[in-house]
Amino acid sequence: MELPLLQLNDVSLDYEDTSGNKRRRTTVVQGVSFGVSAAERCMLLGASGSGKSTLLKAIGGYIKPSHGSITLSGQPVLKPGPDRVMMFQEFDQLLPWRTVVGNVVFALEASGKAKGKDANDRARTAVAKVKLERVADQYPHQLSGGMKQRVALARALAMEPKILLMDEPFAALDALTRTQMQHELLELWDNHRFTLIFVTHSIKEALTVGSRVLVLSPHPGRLQADISCAPSKEELIHGLLFGNAATEAKAHD
Amino acid sequence: MTNQNSDRILDLSATAPEAIVSQSEVTWWRRLYELEWCRRLLVLVALAVLWEAYARWLDNSLLFPSFSETVAALVNGLKTGVLVDRILTSLGVLIFGYAVGLGIAVALAMVAMSSKLGRDLQTTLTAMFNPLPAIALLPVAMLWFGLGTGSLVFVLAHSVIWSFSLSIISGFDGVSPTLRMVGRNYGLRGVSYIWKILIPAAFPSLLTGLRLGWAFAWRTLIAAELVFGVSAGSGGLGWFIYENKNQLEIASVFAGLSSVIVIGLVVEYLVFRLIEAKTVRRWGVSV
Ligand SMILES: Nc1ncnc2c1ncn2[C@@H]1O[C@H](COP(=O)(O)OP(=O)(O)OP(=O)(O)O)[C@@H](O)[C@H]1O
Ligand SMILES: [Mg+2]
Repeated sequence: MELPLLQLNDVSLDYEDTSGNKRRRTTVVQGVSFGVSAAERCMLLGASGSGKSTLLKAIGGYIKPSHGSITLSGQPVLKPGPDRVMMFQEFDQLLPWRTVVGNVVFALEASGKAKGKDANDRARTAVAKVKLERVADQYPHQLSGGMKQRVALARALAMEPKILLMDEPFAALDALTRTQMQHELLELWDNHRFTLIFVTHSIKEALTVGSRVLVLSPHPGRLQADISCAPSKEELIHGLLFGNAATEAKAHD
Repeated sequence: MTNQNSDRILDLSATAPEAIVSQSEVTWWRRLYELEWCRRLLVLVALAVLWEAYARWLDNSLLFPSFSETVAALVNGLKTGVLVDRILTSLGVLIFGYAVGLGIAVALAMVAMSSKLGRDLQTTLTAMFNPLPAIALLPVAMLWFGLGTGSLVFVLAHSVIWSFSLSIISGFDGVSPTLRMVGRNYGLRGVSYIWKILIPAAFPSLLTGLRLGWAFAWRTLIAAELVFGVSAGSGGLGWFIYENKNQLEIASVFAGLSSVIVIGLVVEYLVFRLIEAKTVRRWGVSV
């Protein structure tokens, strides 16, 4: 059997309580194990406070597990890195001092992926993918919330990470924009087949975007269910008939 | 039940309207009045006229020289080069003292951000010295550094250090956790992290600090020069004012004061406003 791309083994995560004079540790996530294969769209669903963001940060390398291990392609995850790009709910994840293209260039250059003209070209391609050519040279404060999230998405995709980690990326958007973004994300996935871990509060969103849903129970967060969402019959037949060409056709609709 | 009859969908693309422009005649003075610099100029001219009229009515150029006398003294000072000399001396000392102050402030902020003890050191020092007007240190400075540039640089640095180190620290503290995570996500660490994430993100606060420090330093310098100002015959603008008052050249005193104001405005508008327009305003981040 093929090894999963990302593997969590019995992972527990703590926060240290610094308030008061005694040092206490609160366990936020306990004994979570799962694997994520390439090109999966894995949704993390759970009540508020169930440790979804904490778990995602641990995969991102920002928090060390107090127990268990996280490995990416067999290598333990020890620190943040550009092979796991995070995308947040907050609009301030964009650098306000860089233009739309500048934000993508920043990511490519800071991580050493590309430089100079090459970085610029790749950034413009990424911006075009999320349909923002028109505002490519504007600054983030001139954009709407939905456009800002698209810039963040373009920046993340331009990095071609092994895994894209999204923490309620569309939660701050209105319902209409949110639905539209979900579909655009799926369309992008159709074309690029990236691996996705996506945190959400919404069952509907989980079922729309995900190919698999992990449910966390609160206090402490434990893996309660691992549900694979079968592709719809239409998708299945589409795939059988046209293979990947189907996606091309869809993109040209 | 269908509701088709009451629904209306308009095809807007068919009737894309030309931009609608409404025009009406605007008189030329009305148009000038809408310009900010025009109104400012009007205020300045009015003040000058008022000044001239009052001075002529008072008719005592020892107490209150007229606007025209002041302008004449200013032009004369610039022509003979005395005033230019004084201004350059002041600016030279100012820039030097300001730079020393900024350097020390950066060092202090680095100490403060490196450890808890460092933070306490910075907080305590700032709490102690920030309320102390720089000029109050002048007697001590003269004792330590003598009558010269050293003393001026000392008080100038003092006027800058505390407020600027506070600005650095509050600016860095205020960088959003999300932005920090983004920086680390793309592999930035150490100097490049500070340079590419922390400094630009803290820039509004840094700019405010630079501006405040400059204003403090400029006031402090003129005040300090009024107290002694002269070393080996080359005094600054404050000294120019003091000297002329002693020689009862009151028009020149006013000319000196005007220069202080004009230089203050020039730095504010040509340097800081320009930086602001190119950075924080363009980025849409509030100061
Ligand atoms: N920096 C922190 N220090 C201490 N405790 C924290 C910290 N961040 C989160 N927690 C605690 O960890 C628990 C899980 O938080 P987390 O943000 O992971 O939840 P979540 O599932 O993402 O919730 P939400 O859906 O509201 O975003 C919460 O009880 C919270 O109080
Ligand atoms: Mg969360």
